[in-house]
Amino acid sequence: MNWFYFSSPSTFYGLAGRLAPPSFILAAVLAAAGLYLGLGVAPTDAQQGAVYRVIFIHVPTAWMSMFLYFVMACYCALTLVFNTRLSAMMARAIAPTGAMFTFVALWTGAFWGRPTWGTYWVWDARLTSELVLLFLYFGYMALANAFEDPRRGDRASALLAIIGVVNLPIIYFSVQWWNTLHQGSSVSFKGTSMHVTMLAGMLVMSFSAWMYAIGATLVRVRAVILERERRAQWVRDLGAA
Amino acid sequence: MTIWWKSWADFWAMGGHAYFVWMSYGALLAAIVVETILLRARRRRALDAIEEERDLEAEN
Repeated sequence: MNWFYFSSPSTFYGLAGRLAPPSFILAAVLAAAGLYLGLGVAPTDAQQGAVYRVIFIHVPTAWMSMFLYFVMACYCALTLVFNTRLSAMMARAIAPTGAMFTFVALWTGAFWGRPTWGTYWVWDARLTSELVLLFLYFGYMALANAFEDPRRGDRASALLAIIGVVNLPIIYFSVQWWNTLHQGSSVSFKGTSMHVTMLAGMLVMSFSAWMYAIGATLVRVRAVILERERRAQWVRDLGAA
Repeated sequence: MTIWWKSWADFWAMGGHAYFVWMSYGALLAAIVVETILLRARRRRALDAIEEERDLEAEN
């Protein structure tokens, strides 16, 4: 088996096109099941009331915001070390979806916080570091597009993305390191502190967010490949055929 | 696996937290719609650029 077969943009373009639709279908099916569990079946929280139901989108989007940044930074590392073209395109394709999830995590957190904490926003360690993550995504995208030569943009932005990885443990451990208003984790390997349908709804919604992120990234990477390779013969043959 | 709510009205009211719950879910929906529109537009632009490139070459 040739491991580098799909690392060529021309072959990956076709593969991404085949994988994207099933990713979106899976995301939709999981979202339907997750919303049914989270908004329909799960009991209302005795302390917080129904507003706790925001967690079914808040937690998955917050997880994805960090996970996508990590995956993006891994592609950036590949770009810097091996100078591979597709890895840089993948990083560029992930960034907007990562920024979208980060924004939604912050937004839903604010609308959960208003009735629960009495405020939309506090400069708390968890909230502030998540906001920094949003700015890292914006900075990455701005830097990637700031050069006439896209290959230079790839390398400069890759370096920024890799340096920004230090923010991920800060976000994750902020609730332990500092005395934050944001609560600690309710889900851990030692067990959970919530009702089983709440946990099931949250996990199903997380898989849905994951599938959506894969689908959106694959669709975007196809556009990025077309933009970057538009002078290549195989791209010209696409429309002509 | 029974539904928690007594009625649809009960569901939409979200125990008095309707504004906060639906503003959250609405924002996620809006974000997905916007991303989908942007993705389609980007693909369209990329294909148009390829078409332009091809036309330029045909002229020369």
